[in-house]
Amino acid sequence: MATVSERGALQEPMVQVRKPPQFYIGRALLYALLIACSLWFIAPLIWMLMTSFMPLSQVGVFPPEWIPRVWQPENYTEALRFWNFGVTFRNTMIITIFSLAGSLISSTIVAYGFARFRFPFRDVLFLILLATLMLPFAVRLIPVYIVYNEIGWVNTFYPLVVPEWFGNAFFIFLGRQFFRGIQQDFLDSAKIDGASELRIFTQIMVPLAKPAIVVMAILSVQNSWNEFLGPLIYLKDENLHTLAIGLYKFTSLPGQGGMQHQQMAATVMMVIPVLAVFFLFQKQFIQGANLSGIKG
Amino acid sequence: MTATFGTQLRGMKGKRERWRDLSPMRRREALYGLAFVSPWIIGLLLFSLFPFVASFVMSFTRYDVINPPVWIGLANYQEIFSGDSLFLKSLLNTAYYVVGSVAIRIVLAFSLAMLLNSKVRFLGVWRTLFYIPSTVPIVAISMVWIYILNARYGLLNWFLSLLGQGRIRWLSSPAYAMNGLLVMSTTWVGVTMIIFLAGLQNIPEEYYDAARIDGASWLQRLRRVTLPLITPTIFLNVLINIISAFQVFNQVFIMTQGGPRDATRTYMLHLYNHAFEFLPPQMGYASALAWILFIILFVFTAIVVMTSDRWVFYND
Repeated sequence: MATVSERGALQEPMVQVRKPPQFYIGRALLYALLIACSLWFIAPLIWMLMTSFMPLSQVGVFPPEWIPRVWQPENYTEALRFWNFGVTFRNTMIITIFSLAGSLISSTIVAYGFARFRFPFRDVLFLILLATLMLPFAVRLIPVYIVYNEIGWVNTFYPLVVPEWFGNAFFIFLGRQFFRGIQQDFLDSAKIDGASELRIFTQIMVPLAKPAIVVMAILSVQNSWNEFLGPLIYLKDENLHTLAIGLYKFTSLPGQGGMQHQQMAATVMMVIPVLAVFFLFQKQFIQGANLSGIKG
Repeated sequence: MTATFGTQLRGMKGKRERWRDLSPMRRREALYGLAFVSPWIIGLLLFSLFPFVASFVMSFTRYDVINPPVWIGLANYQEIFSGDSLFLKSLLNTAYYVVGSVAIRIVLAFSLAMLLNSKVRFLGVWRTLFYIPSTVPIVAISMVWIYILNARYGLLNWFLSLLGQGRIRWLSSPAYAMNGLLVMSTTWVGVTMIIFLAGLQNIPEEYYDAARIDGASWLQRLRRVTLPLITPTIFLNVLINIISAFQVFNQVFIMTQGGPRDATRTYMLHLYNHAFEFLPPQMGYASALAWILFIILFVFTAIVVMTSDRWVFYND
């Protein structure tokens, strides 16, 4: 691109200027920095994956080794002997699916209410909604726990699922922004055709809002999968443990002290599904992060 | 989001509609609207407003979950401020973590976004690589970092030894334990970075062109064009990061349990211990701790929001 011949330069009205050497030094530095940063973020995960296949004799050596001397997939089967992965996986899936359904249905409905209808105190209510996003969870934690304890919900999945059915404040914010961006013309013609508000919502608006709903879905799954404090407090019974709690308890199991290779195998098993979802829905992940910063 | 907050607040003045002034059609619309938002209103009352008020009332009681609560007035607060040495310790630890992690993470996330915004090739690939750790559950990250921060054979000390630095006892010495957690917190800046990147991409290219024609250097363009225009995004990111850093809990609970010698005992861990680990549980005491945290956070948020007029520039 920068090596334009004399004749070429003469023929074209716009002369391609040879870039100064500083430009290439700058670019080289830029890519060196990008690679260094990528390594910083990715190295821990690569190390985790490699360690999960190593023999015990290879962990805890200095300098650390990256490639397993002997590949030992049996670390995984060994880890599964200690950790009831199946049960914790099932529990996590139950919580994830019911939270997902609840937060999507309720948040979409509420978001539409805020976006499309005028009613007294609407703006005050929406302001309160934004304020709850900033309310520290510590203030809610204890009274809510006591109530759940009173009504016998400790050691059930209800405390982790039921609140999701009353709308997630952030998802409502997201959905409202989206619904407000949809053209009004659709609605007018539908109304003239005599469609009820409920039909307009379910048959026109929800399909249109699919992009926003997909972002909500991904954030919801990620929340349920990663949630730690809630399951820690509410799910005391071992049969109810989630993946996060199971993995945390794994280190304290008898015979697990120093079994780093098996602990890493267990960690990989928990991380793989999340990474799979991330790579499938990368665009929506980025969008979700993006939307939390939008000006509205 | 914060911009929405401001717009809402400004837009509210002067347009108040009373129910009896509404036409029948507008009444129908209002009823529909209320019906649609009713799930959230019920949820607000049950899961936010009620616990919010209840924890305030409970902070004046002694309550162990089994026996009925006993009203003890300000005794919890007196105990916290005069008898609880761990209160101040955990508050200072948390403050250290908040200042350190917010500063490091904002600078790092902004720098990464600047890198990505400088017309690099394979933008998507780099962005993905930077973002991946942010999707990994904190439990998994903590499990890995327990070993990365290991003094004898950890990756971090190995990396530092390549730079000629001696071994640091990251998690086992009181002086370095919190710093170890700060280093770890640099790996999940993905969301903050993406928000910054979106903000940077919103800055019109013409501004830079104009600055270049005027002979502005890279540093001058950064100081005079980029930074002023990105202040709303900085504001949002600082706020989000302060609120989450104040409540740091999971990694501390999993990796150090507050040790060594309470060096990493954070405020939330202290609160958790009183509510869920002490026997008998001290729910009233923990509620008082929660309310003190709420007031601190409220003051912080108010300061950030109120001073924002001076340093946040909204281009709308």
